[in-house]
Amino acid sequence: MGAPLIGARIQRKEDYRFLTGAGQYTDDVTLPHQTHAAFVRSPHGHAKIKSINTSKAKAAPGVLAVFTGEDIAAAKLGGLPCGWLITDVNGQPMKEPPHPVLAQGKVRYVGDHVAVVIAETLDQAQDAAELVQVDYETLPAVADCRLARAKGAPQLHEIAPNNTCYVWALGDKAAVDAAFAKAAHVTKLDFINNRLIPNAIEPRAANGSYSRADDSYTLYVASQNPHVERLLMTAFVMGLPEHKVRVVSGDVGGGFGSKIYLYAEDVVVTWAAKQLNRPVKWTADRSESYVSDAHGRDHHTIAELALDKDGKFLAMRVKTTANVGAYLSTFASCIPTILYATLLSGQYTTPAIHCEVTAVFTNTAPVDAYRGAGRPEATYVVERLVETAAREMKIDPAELRRKNFIRSFPYQTPVALQYDIGNYDATMAAAQKLGDVAGYAARKKASEAKGKLRGIGYAAYIEACGIAPSAVAGSLGARAGLFEAGEVRVHPTGSVTVFTGSHSHGQGHETTFAQVVADRLGMPIENVDIVHGDTSKILFGMGTYGSRSIAVGGTAIVKALDKIIAKGKKIAAHLLEAAEGDIEYANGVFKVAGTDKQKLFGEVAFAAYVPHNYPHDKLEPGLNENAFYDPANFTFPAGTYICEVEIDPETGTTKVERWTAVDDFGKIINPMIVEGQVHGGLVQGIGQALTEGAKYDSTGQLVTGSFMDYCIPRADDVPMFQVDTRETLCTHNPLGVKGCGEAGAIGAPPALINAITDALGIKDIAMPATSQTVWRALQQKKAA
Amino acid sequence: MHAFNYHRPANVNDAAALAAKSADAKILAGGQSLVQAMKLRLAAPTDIVDLGMIKDLAGIKVDAKSVIIGAMTRHAEVAGSAEVKKAIPGLAALAGMIGDRQVRNMGTLGGALANSDPAADYPAAVLALNATITTTKGTHAADKFFKGLYETALKPGEIITSVSFPIPKRAAYTKFKNPASRFAIVGVFVADMGNGVRVAVTGAGPCALRLAEMEKALGAKFAPESVANLKVKADGLNSDLHASAEYRAHLITVMAKRAVEAAMK
Amino acid sequence: MAVKVSMKVNGKAVSGEVEARTLLVNFIREHLRLTGTHIGCDTAQYGACTVHMNGKAVKACSMLAMQAEGADVLTIEGLAKPDGTLHPMQAAFKEHHGLQCGFCTPGMVMNAVDFSKRHPNASEQEVRESLEGNLCRCTGYHNIVKSIMAGSRAMAATK
Repeated sequence: MGAPLIGARIQRKEDYRFLTGAGQYTDDVTLPHQTHAAFVRSPHGHAKIKSINTSKAKAAPGVLAVFTGEDIAAAKLGGLPCGWLITDVNGQPMKEPPHPVLAQGKVRYVGDHVAVVIAETLDQAQDAAELVQVDYETLPAVADCRLARAKGAPQLHEIAPNNTCYVWALGDKAAVDAAFAKAAHVTKLDFINNRLIPNAIEPRAANGSYSRADDSYTLYVASQNPHVERLLMTAFVMGLPEHKVRVVSGDVGGGFGSKIYLYAEDVVVTWAAKQLNRPVKWTADRSESYVSDAHGRDHHTIAELALDKDGKFLAMRVKTTANVGAYLSTFASCIPTILYATLLSGQYTTPAIHCEVTAVFTNTAPVDAYRGAGRPEATYVVERLVETAAREMKIDPAELRRKNFIRSFPYQTPVALQYDIGNYDATMAAAQKLGDVAGYAARKKASEAKGKLRGIGYAAYIEACGIAPSAVAGSLGARAGLFEAGEVRVHPTGSVTVFTGSHSHGQGHETTFAQVVADRLGMPIENVDIVHGDTSKILFGMGTYGSRSIAVGGTAIVKALDKIIAKGKKIAAHLLEAAEGDIEYANGVFKVAGTDKQKLFGEVAFAAYVPHNYPHDKLEPGLNENAFYDPANFTFPAGTYICEVEIDPETGTTKVERWTAVDDFGKIINPMIVEGQVHGGLVQGIGQALTEGAKYDSTGQLVTGSFMDYCIPRADDVPMFQVDTRETLCTHNPLGVKGCGEAGAIGAPPALINAITDALGIKDIAMPATSQTVWRALQQKKAA
Repeated sequence: MHAFNYHRPANVNDAAALAAKSADAKILAGGQSLVQAMKLRLAAPTDIVDLGMIKDLAGIKVDAKSVIIGAMTRHAEVAGSAEVKKAIPGLAALAGMIGDRQVRNMGTLGGALANSDPAADYPAAVLALNATITTTKGTHAADKFFKGLYETALKPGEIITSVSFPIPKRAAYTKFKNPASRFAIVGVFVADMGNGVRVAVTGAGPCALRLAEMEKALGAKFAPESVANLKVKADGLNSDLHASAEYRAHLITVMAKRAVEAAMK
Repeated sequence: MAVKVSMKVNGKAVSGEVEARTLLVNFIREHLRLTGTHIGCDTAQYGACTVHMNGKAVKACSMLAMQAEGADVLTIEGLAKPDGTLHPMQAAFKEHHGLQCGFCTPGMVMNAVDFSKRHPNASEQEVRESLEGNLCRCTGYHNIVKSIMAGSRAMAATK
């Protein structure tokens, strides 16, 4: 065999089809007798539906059906469920208001689904959707999470007084209070973690069909987790047995969290397909994506850090109000709690931490996981506090971090997690060297000579990935397991198809997973194909989010490979007339240890499928194994980012001049793909800090409802990145892997805001720090 | 997009006649604004009169005193034209800043002017260079062409055929882009015409407008410092999510100063 | 209103009876079933719909099919050689990991080919500016820029 495949920069197996226009995304699927759906959506943030008149729409050319909430109620379709139960500080379950797939009497956000029109063509469906007459009585709305619990605030749901979903807390409050009482220094920040709109490049799409022959459904949908989609849809909404529903998520054009969830449109097209006995397709146009995809972030936080006179962290106190939007999306409840407060220890030995989170309903689109999901919000709290404390105490920010780094593992944090391993000094030192921090002073001088302001900012982040040990997740409220499944099918001539419950929507699993398989089996990567995204092919899957695919899905495959090799050894022992214990497997060859007696992998596979000479008394024929893997712990990727900005004081425009990222993702399978994940995450993080911010007005209108107003970064907004890695191996999975998908988006915002505040010489600035925001900050500073 | 009747006349007179027939007819030039508006169902014309087949509406001519650009000339052609670059480099540069590459390959001068988007680039050049707009019905002076938000002096059925830009002594355009749409938050075109200076700004008001005080200051001395400290009043300027009136007012000064610097290079 | 539209797509004469409101991108995707050209937005920022019309990159979602009447249109499906060999720009995207989910990729590649033909020695900054009309949410652009610079050089070398 050639060089090892693990760690190799292998070009991607999936690229040829994408580069030649042969990808098959959901909207590319057109079924025989296809019909098209258009949704009628609420134009109001909050309103009662007095009546809906569909007669004109029903009479319009090409229209096949118009359905409203009444039809949904009559069909007894359930509401969209939330997959995570949070228990509040009083031991009470969170408030879970009904989330109907078509509105029942009231709409609660702009974009809320009111009716669906199905027609022969999309144009006809859209023409007729304009003819559906909805008589609304508008109600006062509340969009800002800070106002949701104010006296007299408009109330969204009867079952949730004060628009409160839950008040939840983690940590030892008394210990924190005591530590603050004796602190030499307290740093306090009060800020908004801005609401983001994911904007995967492929809009959401769903195409449902029904077969009368066997009373079964097929849903093509742009989803990150087709099995979860199926489970939620069948068991909780439609009351169907799972074996009658197939969910296919072929090529998916980016997810970033927004395609984890079960959405109303998915249910409606599936249900309607049976009503019409024809397939029903819906693809969001971008305007619909803006108002109806689940958004991310949207916290208001007051955070404090207590330090002793030498800069040792004594305690942290965090109070957050999290906007969950108008209804609970699939994982909305666990994002600002389980995936947030548990990360507040960061890379530091802070002995006491307390965090209280109040989740509120508002007249905005549901908020759920968006790349990083809770961990960017936590990292922002920690790294803004640390940097600010360093400046206030006049300690070098890197030095203050080093003073407080965790160095002994395993490390039990005061916020529930136990870090298995890490080396934060290593990533910090490497980042400082790669980023030429030593040369910063000269660069600052050069910027100043041009009349520009220059700043430098750090972020040393940690994330909990490889989600999740099911028992732990269950004890925290998860209503599902978070294992992963994999199946390795060896074909008679020795080539291999692997079925994974992980889902690739850009991550490159078809290559990375194939590298793992080919490496373990000692075969050319061309002989391995990875299949994902189809519930009829794959035994089960929990899907891809939380940087879990390689750590959990990859491990499931490794476990299945172990079984393949174990069975192969038995077959080889029989063929070679040797004891099973004497068989070794390496580089595609089963060998009797210490001899030259051997059988090739292909020969063993062939014997398994053409079992003429086979140990039938001990073994079944065939070579096909599956495995479920439930992780023992989270994984803990960590790293240091250093950002340098140059600001034009005349216009307030910030240019990201240099960016250095050194990450510890554990073992790296394909460095090329990992670097790509980091680049992409960084730019989403830069987007949050610099350009992106969803804005609702006081009536609940989304002001940033298109690319004309919501700014995702373009190529000329960002620099080339210097990225590198350091490696400590995850201790509890066989590959030693940790995950890399979200790091960039987690670490980037605080690094960038730390750099901007450094350049401006101010304590804080709101995200996104647009040119106008920076200019205003400079004006205020001048006036002060 | 709503349904409409589609017409593809062979000459501009037929086009004008077709457009005049229906009150809700729209002229389709490059379509880079109109097609978007129709897709979003914000515009619902009954009739579309496509000028795409009328070849003699496109083209660039340069003589000793002016650059004459056909209404259907694409932005990319103006941006890439060696003749325009030589005669009025600021105008070629402006055309190269509109939208993006793909948009510039379709979008046209006539379409941009007729649409009169408050944040479009070309109107600043038309005003600052004191261009003359020729239509199927006659000519319009630049100063009398832009009437307000998406409003021009064009009458129904009147089609722009070409625009004549006098060649200035020196001129330049600087644009502060809306980071999302890449339209102008503020775009300032400064033109030293030899016998006076004209300064026009786009993005700041309901339509492009001239800045008399700056023109006066630059007329006295064409140098960045003449405008660097000239404060523009924020009253009446556009204000939106991306830029308040105050910020826009400030940016006008900065962009004007930088345009003068560029023109002097 | 139905209209007849004819054009050349990827070297082949095609025609169809379509509603006048049919966008070029829909004609390509729905009538010709060439689904490599994607639709990403309503407002012309994404560029996933980029094709070449008469040798120039245009956004197929921002024009009516009728605006391409009689034109020579090239889509992503027509870029590789008939034997499947990738165009140098496609090959460069593969080599430099210039794509992840692949959805923006056809538009990126089509724009990059047109840009590189006109600017064979573009700087990194010029390449970045050339992507003003193409958005990507996966790659952070880093490897797209690298791909285009390498693809440009490869195109120039194979001329």
